[in-house]
Amino acid sequence: MENRSRFLQLIGPPGVYLFLLFLLPLGMMTLYSFRSGISGPAHDIFTLNNYVKFLENSSFQRLLWRSAGISFTIAIISVVLAYPLAYYLVFKAGQSKTALMTLIIVPTWTSYLLRIFSWKLILGSTGLLNSILLSVGVIAQASPILIYSRSAVIVTLIYVWVPFVALPIFASLERIDRNLLEAAADLGCPPWQAFMRVTLPLSLPGMLAGFFFAFIPTLGEFVTPLLVGGAQGSMYGNLIQDQFMRALNWPMGSVMSLAMLVEVLIFMFILTRLGPLTDLLGY
Amino acid sequence: MPKLKLPSAGAIYFIFVCAILFAPIVLLVVFSFNNATSLVFPLKGFTLKWYQSLGQNSELLEAVRTSVLIGLGSSLLATVLGSMGAIAIVRYNLPGRGVFLAVAAMPLVIPYVILGVSLLILLNEAGIPLSAFAAGLGHVIISIPYAMLIVASRLVGFPNNLEEAAMDLGATYWQALTRITIPIISPALLASFLLCFTISFDEYAIASFLVGTDTTLPVYLFSQLRFPTRLPMVIALAAIVMTLTMTVMFFAEWLRRLGQTSTRK
Repeated sequence: MENRSRFLQLIGPPGVYLFLLFLLPLGMMTLYSFRSGISGPAHDIFTLNNYVKFLENSSFQRLLWRSAGISFTIAIISVVLAYPLAYYLVFKAGQSKTALMTLIIVPTWTSYLLRIFSWKLILGSTGLLNSILLSVGVIAQASPILIYSRSAVIVTLIYVWVPFVALPIFASLERIDRNLLEAAADLGCPPWQAFMRVTLPLSLPGMLAGFFFAFIPTLGEFVTPLLVGGAQGSMYGNLIQDQFMRALNWPMGSVMSLAMLVEVLIFMFILTRLGPLTDLLGY
Repeated sequence: MPKLKLPSAGAIYFIFVCAILFAPIVLLVVFSFNNATSLVFPLKGFTLKWYQSLGQNSELLEAVRTSVLIGLGSSLLATVLGSMGAIAIVRYNLPGRGVFLAVAAMPLVIPYVILGVSLLILLNEAGIPLSAFAAGLGHVIISIPYAMLIVASRLVGFPNNLEEAAMDLGATYWQALTRITIPIISPALLASFLLCFTISFDEYAIASFLVGTDTTLPVYLFSQLRFPTRLPMVIALAAIVMTLTMTVMFFAEWLRRLGQTSTRK
């Protein structure tokens, strides 16, 4: 009984804060998705119109799925690029592995906006890549490479996420019992097979965590498309931002946000079927 | 068999990735000392004028001040709330623990744009005007999971029999917490505070919806990125911020390690 009251006293303040400023806003947003407008009489008229409009407008859904596709691509490539990095550090780098892992994380300690923006300096028509290509004579005239396209968004975000993806993979590889690998070798298992049948399956939770570290934020991303994506690189997050900041159609924006939230929750549900949630938090 | 001193494929890959990760940052720092308005190669010579111009920009100094204030406030609150949550979930396995943990961790998996717009709706409905303070309220939400994670990993490192011993000797539970638990987890508390500060200090997406007419540093940075002539100055500012953030993060990381290893074995 004593324990119960202490527990509640401890959990109370953070619980109340999270309820008021996290759950309640999400509830409000759901309520707004049924409103006709945000001010005047329209504020109090409830309707399903926004949902109908959302479902009728195939371009909204296309963009939602395209953004999911882009996020998926980015997350998969990030995992593929980060895996060998983490593998090398855990199994080959010896004593300095933690220090070297920290080295990979250091760039993420700098301004997020500037890290994205710096790619404009690299990819832009007056940028680094162009001046190098010009000086070695590969191209005769400066031209923007990749910039203002979906590819620019993909390249930039992979750059942003690789360190974050490497972190959980590193943690899961580190937790693998080396005796298992020795046992596999003693029993005549060739290294590549030991990798396929022992290391890879055991590092799956880390790979999944890494995948979602990249996938979720990318799904809602609107800053990177604004900076390097141009009109072609627009993502679903830009659509939501537009509804709230420019079109001022908050009810429609709420429907769009809920659609994305549902998508995220479906992916999270699949993930939690695949592995225990605690593995995702491990680092 | 004698080992050849050739770098392995893994090492080459590691160096390659590191080079790519650091290149854009190095590029920014180089251009912050370049004596030209446009960020074009070849470089035009060394200058400190962009750094000198920072001090005269009152708009920028105001944005820095705002960011520091909401950073301090939100990280302090997130650390307090996160530690309470961490103590509760590590020390007690009671009904409600699972739900609380799920809700507290959820901001990790919800895109910031949703957190931003939902808070915008709440403020609108409650009639609270938009401000940097409102952005700070949002930063607490995204910082709490990190604070809990750092403090919880420190808490599992020491058994709760120290608290019990203190209470056997006559201390109340809150005395035991403040005299025993909090001093022991203090490196983690500081690490959490520093990490949460950098989260808030660098956060743009949520703040962009909530600041109203106020300007935080990332909001200011974003607005300046559209004006090519201001870029060198913005980059000089970014170089300073990067240096400071890196220093803070190294310190936080050191504290976090200190907290975790001293009780292991």
